[in-house]
Amino acid sequence: MSYTIEGSTGTWEIVVGLEVHAQVISNSKLFSGAATAFGAAPNSQVSFVDAAFPGMLPVINQECVAQAVRTGLGLNARINLWSRFDRKNYFYADLPAGYQISQFAHPIIGTGEIEIELADGSTRTIGVTRLHLEQDAGKSLHDQDPSRSFIDLNRAGVALMEIVSEPDIRTPEEAGAYLRKLRTILRYLGTCDGNMEEGSMRADVNVSVRHAGEEFRTRCEVKNVNSIRFVMQAIEAEAKRQVELWESGGEVRQETRLYDPGRGETRSMRSKEDAHDYRYFPDPDLPPLIIEQAWVEELRAGLPELPDAKRARLMRQYGLPAYDAGVLVAEQAIADFYETVAAGRDGRLAGNWVTGDLFAALNRTGKDIATSPVSAQALGGLLDLMADGTINGRIAKEVFEAMVETGGAAADIVEAKGLRQVTDTGAIDEAVAQVLAAHADKLAEYRAGKDKLFGFFVGQVMKAMAGKGNPALVNETLKKHLG
Amino acid sequence: MLDFSIAAAADALRARKFSARELTQAHLDAIATLNPTLNAYITVTPERAIAAADAADAALAAGTAGPLAGIPLAIKDLFCTAGVRTTAASRILGTFVPPYESTVTANLLRNGAVFLGKANLDEFAMGSSNMTSAHGPVTNPWRRAGDDAALVPGGSSGGSAAAVAGHLAMGATATDTGGSIRQPASFCGIAGIKPTYGRCSRWGIVAFASSLDQAGPVARSVEDCAILLGSMAGFDPKDSTSVDVAVPDFRAACARGVKGMRIGIPREYRPDSLPAEIAALWDQGISWLRDAGAQIVDVSLPHTRYGLATYYIVAPAEASSNLARYDGVRFGARVDGQDLIDLYERTRAAGFGDEVKRRIMIGTYVLSAGYYDAYYLRAQKVRALILRDFTEAFAKVDALLTPTAPSAAFAQGDKPTDPVRMYLNDVFTVPASMAGIPGMSVPAGLDASGLPLGLQVLGKHFDEASVFAVCAELERAAGFVAKPALRA
Repeated sequence: MSYTIEGSTGTWEIVVGLEVHAQVISNSKLFSGAATAFGAAPNSQVSFVDAAFPGMLPVINQECVAQAVRTGLGLNARINLWSRFDRKNYFYADLPAGYQISQFAHPIIGTGEIEIELADGSTRTIGVTRLHLEQDAGKSLHDQDPSRSFIDLNRAGVALMEIVSEPDIRTPEEAGAYLRKLRTILRYLGTCDGNMEEGSMRADVNVSVRHAGEEFRTRCEVKNVNSIRFVMQAIEAEAKRQVELWESGGEVRQETRLYDPGRGETRSMRSKEDAHDYRYFPDPDLPPLIIEQAWVEELRAGLPELPDAKRARLMRQYGLPAYDAGVLVAEQAIADFYETVAAGRDGRLAGNWVTGDLFAALNRTGKDIATSPVSAQALGGLLDLMADGTINGRIAKEVFEAMVETGGAAADIVEAKGLRQVTDTGAIDEAVAQVLAAHADKLAEYRAGKDKLFGFFVGQVMKAMAGKGNPALVNETLKKHLG
Repeated sequence: MLDFSIAAAADALRARKFSARELTQAHLDAIATLNPTLNAYITVTPERAIAAADAADAALAAGTAGPLAGIPLAIKDLFCTAGVRTTAASRILGTFVPPYESTVTANLLRNGAVFLGKANLDEFAMGSSNMTSAHGPVTNPWRRAGDDAALVPGGSSGGSAAAVAGHLAMGATATDTGGSIRQPASFCGIAGIKPTYGRCSRWGIVAFASSLDQAGPVARSVEDCAILLGSMAGFDPKDSTSVDVAVPDFRAACARGVKGMRIGIPREYRPDSLPAEIAALWDQGISWLRDAGAQIVDVSLPHTRYGLATYYIVAPAEASSNLARYDGVRFGARVDGQDLIDLYERTRAAGFGDEVKRRIMIGTYVLSAGYYDAYYLRAQKVRALILRDFTEAFAKVDALLTPTAPSAAFAQGDKPTDPVRMYLNDVFTVPASMAGIPGMSVPAGLDASGLPLGLQVLGKHFDEASVFAVCAELERAAGFVAKPALRA
């Protein structure tokens, strides 16, 4: 889907690359044994290493390395068996050592790719430049005291994966799709919880604009955007600003900007001239990180089925349309729920129920798949009652609503409410006869050629039978009577 | 009692000829008498020392004593010691008391050692004279014949070396980044070894230049150094650069002799400017080893002359980053300011001395954008060449013999004002640091004014045993018995 900005000098396209900081799921920090749980009391999860006390030394946490490798495998990326940690030097109160340990020159993961799906059903492949491991900084709290700042080092030293995309993204929608897909992959892998509100996934957005066919123009980096919606808005706002700047005879300067969601605009944070000279150099406390191919293969063997593969399989195995399959694999728990429902049943029908009635019910009740009032087994039970003709589709909707409300099993609700489908031809004959008798006028019109009234009669018969009539038998009987 | 070697004292303690408490008290008395003159200790911990001595006596009585039970040592004030103020001889650490014990000192404590206190040093171990300490210079116990001028003990482990030479401790921990163990050992007429990089854990040692820093002992005999290093060394999972190799019996190596060993004499260590008496002592050392059955081999280490320049890029670069944590925010001294940057600037301006500031600036410069390739990256390449020189030489020889320093101790008043001249003190010690190989200084003779001079022995990676064997041979041949003017 193309996205361009019409300016006075012609049509502009946007060029976007994303740098995502994803907090690694691990029990302890990248280089220390301190815990990483979210929401702990300030400075309660800080080791002397994290606080950069004299003589303290970093030791790599192998689980964090494994998580980075798993993520690399999930992005179909090159795994670098030799990588190295560098120091990125700058002073800030929440950076205790005065340097961040990162991988500047030799990241653990090289080029990979992410396939994104767009609303029009098309797909695009976005290149991943690299993924590297680095330490998070602590948190500065400026609002606790009028004259002082407080520092919470709980987050200091927590492992981050910085995942850098190629400048392949051309629309805000693609940026959103990229982030959603990346988050899905990370969650499948269990390497990052992808929770942007808690800050465990953050995005820096590089934006530039150009006329089609031009070389890249100067880009600006919009830092630390903390929701997918804001990323998309920030791209629009920043692209618009740049187009206006270029067209008014100005020049975009390379700088770091912040997005203000309240005003819907970006503003300058610091220019390139003010940029830090980070004085990167190899961290002499850490030998190069060398991993074995055999270990990589071991990790590969332990990977779960990833979203793309799962989607293809769901389409193949259950006959699902691509769109439904895509919706179902967005979260592993949903896909698992679906497969429990679909197992041994009509896969398409199961898909309709999950993406239709179930999602609507979850929305309405404010629940998610894990807390769903209707379990996958229970929904499967409902589908079984339809399959064996106990109830029809219409009654099923009613039974489902009762299930949402009470949490009861479909069969029990059908029994208790007497919703069993009527297949007794005698009863149907009787109902048809009653309806035709009660609507002699409509019958006359029908016989005069108004075929459309057939549906009216079906409705009336079903109504007379409290919806429990077997639809096929009702149709058949009506046709017979209408001759 | 104060004249005992560690080896002899350990035997005497086991034989109950004197108690650990008596031995420790004798050293504490000596410190009380002489430290005001020598300034070898920044902090003395008599109560802790006596308590440790009593524990050693109990262990000796119970037969559970470790190999160093009751041996009084000085600890360079760069090692973090739990509950005892640690300064790195800098104002910036303020009254910092570490809640943790460095791995090396913990190893010594485990073996029963008694810590007398924290030894003076150049600030953050940056210096070759001990003149840069925030706690004042250390005075070398030695005097020139007929001259009362106070001399420097060398640096940076000047307090450790002076304490041991003046009998204010039986041995001491030290650290060596470019010669900080070997040069003060040479200036103070004692032995000191910088082991292979990775032999001792750096955990808990205040960092100067991480890729070079290495702990080692100084003591009055080669064997005592072997005993101490045997306790200090060992793999430590808390230091990623520590190496998991077995610690051999260094003490046994001292008795091995040099018969059949090939000893290399690097020709680049004999520049035209080498003082005649240093050259003569070196030649003497060569003769001693030849006489003891070693084969003398001329070798070349062609990149030697780049060692010093390379060192003074790499070490300040790492230091500039390592010392960023001293910012007044979490520990140590703080000078409040208008805002965060002002706090940093005031704290660091007041907290660091001139030499430390100079090296931070040099290091910041060589790592900065546009200069990194020309300085730091090139220095790393030269460093690799220096290592290759040694690797090639060690294909032909088992150890190398060189002078330790280009001069004997100089007077505190003669302190060179030109920092580069001061840096020249390290010219013979720096290449081994750059290569990470072990190097030891052993007292071998006196200069014309009666000051001690050391010879340096360099060995292959993790072959300290050969270094000890050669140094012990030199020690036997030299029969060095001269004593400093100031001693307990």
